[in-house]
Parts: sequence; C-alpha cells; structure tokens
Amino acid sequence: MNKNLYGFAALFKTPDEIIEAAKKTAEAGYQKYDIHSPYPVHGIDRAMKLKASKLGFITLVFGLTGSAIALLLMYWTMSVDYPMIIGGKPFFALPAFVPITFELTVLLATLATVIGMITFFFRFPENDHPLHDTEYMKKVSCDHYGLVIEAKDKLFNETKVRELLNSLRPLSIEEIYYPEKETYPVLETKFVTFLILIALLTSGVTYFALNKLLYMQPFTWMMDQPKLNPQKQSTLFADGYGMRAPVKGTVARGFLPYPFTGQNAPTDVLLNPYLPTKENLQLGEQKYLTFCSPCHGNFGDGDSRLRGQFPNPPSLHSTRAREFSDGMIYHIITNGQNVMPSYASQITREERWAIVNYIRVLQRAKNAKSSDLQVVNKETGTNASN
Amino acid sequence: MHQTEFNYQRKDLPAGFSKYGLIFLVAGIVLAVASFFIDQTRAAFNYLIIYMMIVSIALGSLFLIALEYVAGAEWSTPFRRIPEFFAGLLPVLFVLVIPLLFFSHDLFHWAHEEAIKEDKILQGKAPYLNISFFVIRTLVFIAIWVLFYFILQRNSRKQDTSKDQTLTTKNIRFSAAFIPIFAITITFTAVDWLMSLEPHWFSTIFGVYYFSGTVIAALAAVTLVVVVLKEKGYFNPWITDDHLYSFGALLFAFVNFWAYIAFSQFMLIWYADLPEETFWYLTRWEGSWVIFSLLLIVIHFIVPYAMLLSQPSKMDPKRLKFISVWLLFAHLFDLFWLVMPNMQPLKKGYIFSWIDLVFPILGIGIVLTVFNFISRKENLIPVGDPKLKKGINFHL
Ligand code: HEC
Repeated sequence: MNKNLYGFAALFKTPDEIIEAAKKTAEAGYQKYDIHSPYPVHGIDRAMKLKASKLGFITLVFGLTGSAIALLLMYWTMSVDYPMIIGGKPFFALPAFVPITFELTVLLATLATVIGMITFFFRFPENDHPLHDTEYMKKVSCDHYGLVIEAKDKLFNETKVRELLNSLRPLSIEEIYYPEKETYPVLETKFVTFLILIALLTSGVTYFALNKLLYMQPFTWMMDQPKLNPQKQSTLFADGYGMRAPVKGTVARGFLPYPFTGQNAPTDVLLNPYLPTKENLQLGEQKYLTFCSPCHGNFGDGDSRLRGQFPNPPSLHSTRAREFSDGMIYHIITNGQNVMPSYASQITREERWAIVNYIRVLQRAKNAKSSDLQVVNKETGTNASN
Repeated sequence: MHQTEFNYQRKDLPAGFSKYGLIFLVAGIVLAVASFFIDQTRAAFNYLIIYMMIVSIALGSLFLIALEYVAGAEWSTPFRRIPEFFAGLLPVLFVLVIPLLFFSHDLFHWAHEEAIKEDKILQGKAPYLNISFFVIRTLVFIAIWVLFYFILQRNSRKQDTSKDQTLTTKNIRFSAAFIPIFAITITFTAVDWLMSLEPHWFSTIFGVYYFSGTVIAALAAVTLVVVVLKEKGYFNPWITDDHLYSFGALLFAFVNFWAYIAFSQFMLIWYADLPEETFWYLTRWEGSWVIFSLLLIVIHFIVPYAMLLSQPSKMDPKRLKFISVWLLFAHLFDLFWLVMPNMQPLKKGYIFSWIDLVFPILGIGIVLTVFNFISRKENLIPVGDPKLKKGINFHL
C-alpha cells in the first residue's frame, strides 16, 4: 500500500449516538481520536474523558504579565521618569492605576488565549490536514456527527477498530489517507499575485475615498473651546485682548526680581555668593556649554559656528572681559548687552553665578601663571612645561 | 448519566438543622437581650448588622428564584426549593424589624430633632429622612417582598401535585415584574438602613454595592445547603460536577462584581477628593479601622477570587463548602464595616466588645430555625416543574 493511513472516520446522525460512541471509544482505551460536530454537544468532554484544557494556564500567565507590564510602565513613567502632580495625588497613585492594570491584564489574557488556542490547540496554520476536503468533513460541518480514530493510536488495529466502529452502528465508515504530497496552495503564484493586487486596490481606494472624496477633519472640538487663547482677540475684555498681563507687582513663585534691568554699572553691589567648588564648576560648565557656547565658543574664544552669521560674539579672554568683576558678567547674563539677549528666564540665579565661576576658570586657563603649572604637575604627577 | 426516570422520595432534613437552629436561637436570644441591657447602642448597631444580613439572604434568595424563572435557567431548577426556603425569612422580617424601629434613635443621627435644628443639610433631607416616612417605607417594602414571596412559592408548590405547566408561565410573569421592583426597593433599603447611618454622606452606587453583597450572601447560603445535603446523599445520584460548577462560577462572578462595584465607588470618591464625600472613607481609615478596611479587600475579594479561580476548584464540593461559609462571613464583615464606624464612640477606631460576637449566633439561630420550619413538610425538589428533568440531566 503506497498510501499512508490517517485513520477511520465514522458518521452518526444524532448527538445521543455520538456521545455513546465517544464513551465506548474512550472505554476501549483509545487516546488519539476525535469527535466532530457542527455545534458544541453538551457533555461530550466528559464522555470523551478529556482532561481539563491547559489553555487556562496561558491565560493566567499572560494575564499576570499584563498586570506586571501595566504596573511597571505606570510606575516608571509616572513615579520615576517624569513625576507629575496630578490632582494632588501621590506619584505612585495605585487606585488610579487599577483600571489600566485591569485593562492590560484582560487584553493580554484574551489575546493570548485566542492566539494560543489557534496556534497550539488548532495548530494553525496547518493547512493540509488529512481530514480537509473529505466527504466526512463536509458532513460533520453540516448536519452529522463524526468520530475519527487515528492510526497513530497505540491500540490501533484495523480489524479491531472496524469492529468497534461497526458495533456503534454508524451511517458510514470512511478510510482517511494522508495527502500524497504536501501542497501549499496558499503560495501559488496566481494566489500571491491576486493578494498583492487586492492589497494595492483596497489601499488605493481607501486612500482616495478618505483623503480626496470625503476628507473629514478629525476632532476639531477640542480646539474650539469657549476659552481665552493667548495671542487671540477676545470680546470678553474691554481692551479686546485675550491675553492678560499679570496684576502690577505680581511676582512668580521662587522668583526674585532683578533690580538692575536696563541699568549700567551695578557691579560693585553684585557680589558672587558662590565658591568655585567642584560641584559648582561642574554645574557652570554644563550650563555654559548649553547656553553660552553656541555663540562664545566652547572655550570662550568667540569662535563658535555662529561666527559670520550674527554680530560676532566677542572673545571672553580679552583684557576687557578679564577685568570685568564677577558682578558685571552676572549682570550681562541677566540683563543682556546690546545684541546679546538676557538669559534671566532660562538660567536660574545659582546657575548664573556658576557660569561666572566657570568663565573665570576658562580665563585663568588661557592665561595660566607658572605657579598654576606647578600645582597641576603636582596633582597629576606629569611634567608639563608651557 | 442520562437519567430518564426520576423517582423522588421525600426525606426529612438532617436533624442538625433543627437541633443547632434551636441551640443557636436560644443562646442568641439570651445573649442578645443581655447585651441590650449592658450597652443599648452597641447592641442596636449589632442587631442592625444581623437584620441586614438576614435581609440579604432572604431577599437575595427571592431574587435568585426570580432570576431562574426569567432567565429560563434549567440547571438550578432541582435546587430551587432551597432559595425558596431561605426566602421564607421574608415574612419574619416584620417581627425582626420591630426592635430596630424602637431603637432608631440610637441608630440614626437624623432621628435627633436637636441635630436637625442646627444642620442645614439634615434640614434639606428631612422630607425624606424622617421617622414616619422611614417606617412606612420599611413596612411597605417588606410587604411587597412578602407578597411576591407568597405568590412565587405558592405557585411552585402547587405545581408539585398539580404538575400544571401554566404555573411556571405565571411565575415567569411575576418574576419579571418583581425584578425591577426588587431593584428599586433594595436600593432604597440600602440607602435607608445603611447609608443614612451617616446622613451627610451620599453615594449613588450604594444600592448596587449592597445588591452585589446580597447576591453573594444568598448564593453562598444556597450553595452551602446544597453541598451539605449532597454530602448527606440528598441529591444523589443525579447531582453532577456541572451543577456544582455552576454554583461556583456564579459565586466567582459575583465576587468579581462586588469588587468592581466597591472599587468603582471608592475610586471616584478618591479621585474627585471632595471633602463631603471622602470623609466617609476617612472614618474607615481612622485608627484601627484601617485594618478592617484592608482586611475587607482580602476577605471579600482576594481570597475568594484566588480560591475560585481555577476550573476544578469551582466544582470541588469541599472547596465550595468552605468558600460559601467564607463568603457568608465576608458579607457579614462587609456589613460590619459599613455599620460599626458610624457608632459615635467608635468613630476614632475600633474598640472590641463581646457584644459584637453575640449577634451572629442569633443570626444563625434565626436563619436555621426558619429554614427548618418552612421546609418541614415540603418536597426538597420541585417535582412538578417542567424544567426539572432537563435540570437534572444538565451538562455544561
Ligand atoms: C546669541 C549669541 C550669544 C549667546 C548665546 C551669548 N552671548 Fe554673550 N555676547 C554675544 C554678543 C554678540 C556679545 C557682544 C555684545 C556687544 O556688542 O556688546 C556678547 C557679549 C558678552 C559679554 C561681554 C563681552 C564684552 O567684551 O563686552 C559677556 C561677558 C558675555 N557675552 C557672556 C555671555 C555668557 C556668560 C553667556 C551664556 C549665558 C553668553 N554670553 C551667551 C552673544 C551671545
């Protein structure tokens, strides 16, 4: 026999018969058999002596994974990486996290259940199962009930199985063989071309329909709120401005007004309150590189990439700049000077003083004395000269 | 497995029902009366808890009966007598409620005239929250429940002998009428007897919250009796894992439902953070009450959830027996948590008193005795019900 036997298939007409058949088959000790019916028959699991499905474990594991992911995600984003006060709640606001945790738990659990069921239990995408395209399959997906005993079963023995099946008095018994060669009609050129054409067609039509034919603005309502917009007109106030100036004398929290804005030489009043400690200089370096170096260059030489595109920023190593007092540089950062704008709003007071200290370091480095070199040599153990 | 013949032989309930019922009842009454003399307020609050527990079991059972009729459920038909017997507690409520009405002054802040005088909010609520309207409401509601109880159970019992199928149709109609009435009356009952203990507080979901606990209590009571009787051989040989599984699954569903509702109530109040709402939870966070609040989550949700999660555990009779006792306790604990912090001396934290242990004894006594009394001459199975055969041969 050149054909490979898959098993025997028997057809029955009523659900009672199929339950009886399942019971008898299970009692006979067969393991590899299956029942097919057009709809779920009550009590069939018990008749077949099926063990409880393992699918629940997939659900459980993925459900727990979902909870863990949701909690970790929210913990990381809301409490660690970007803590924001929302409604006066703590950064790790567990009650607010519960709904999202629940959603993700359910989402992962259900997706995993469905996908797990289709792949592990239904063995998707196996598409050349021997029962495909058989008369048997057509019948059991319509109005018959079927029993298949597979040849793989340890107890399988053609005459015995036939005897058993006959004793159940089925409508018919069919021998099912494995298909002679595996075919994958899914991969035929014709079919693939067809798929590509369909894909192109649907996406083209969708694009045309949605973007050209009936373009709809998504969601404008959020924008059209009855509120005052900055930079917009408003009829609410007599002066017609939507934007209001703060009440005179308003001071923002944590903000100390700078009394010398627009004035010239306050520098003997402004004294540097910070010592050039390591931390302070590190802060100064960082802020200098962020805010000043784009114009004045990384080392204050005035040689940044902006040279020639902007009134050239001067070097900070000129005698003039070296003779500035700390307060003067502070004043220039805070107040601006001619074309150089004020940085008061971007840089805090402490940071400004730190920048001043850092500029002092840059200046000293460019004009080092030999005593400085000795200190450096001592500390690093090298022998640098000039 | 597929029985076609079903012969029912009436058997008396196990003697334990009447024996323990009586012992508990007598001991409970003696202790309860004693505690009323020792600390009237505390006794009144405790009695209220037990009263609400009995309302839960009785009314919840009637709801389960109505649900079976309306949904056309078959699996529960063979066991319908058990909720019917439990619902027999409803007429008894007329008696049980009397002490509460007498002690309403101890229970309800809004019943104090001098308190209303200085309180704008209570004045606003006075047209609803006043003693006479309160008593009328209570009695009318009980009367409505009793009416439906009598109709449903009389038709059901008549069917035992007459085998008249139209009685089922009639009961379906009455059940359909009962369910919306049930929804309204149970909401107002919860508002009247539990929420109004703290008359300044309000929560629109409160009725549903009490309902979720009610169904758990009734279902747990029914499951417990079914499993106990099954172990004594009453439902043999036809009762299957599928029947038990249905009880387990329904319990599991309502455990989740309770948690869902309880959390919904909590989260909205917590999130909005309005002082006129949050104070109710803050009272239950005060002192040792915080332990009770956290325990409530564990007892009423986490433990039963874990115990009922897997499929086999839902049909294991031992597990079901344990979990139904557990859930009955959980509902009692829930009521305790709802009621006791409203008692003035306990506002700052729980203080133990033996009185709290006395009243559950009384409750068990009342429930067992009434259950036994009602079921005395009755069939344990609705033998005339047209759905009975399908219910017995039920398979998942
Ligand atoms: C947008 C480019 C730009 C940036 C950024 C900038 N500056 Fe200037 N800065 C200038 C220009 C241009 C001048 C010359 C102004 C003038 O004509 O007096 C100047 C002048 C100065 C002077 C005075 C030099 C002198 O000899 O008069 C100091 C000190 C100075 N800047 C410090 C800073 C510091 C510190 C920062 C960082 C906080 C900074 N600048 C950021 C463009 C810039």
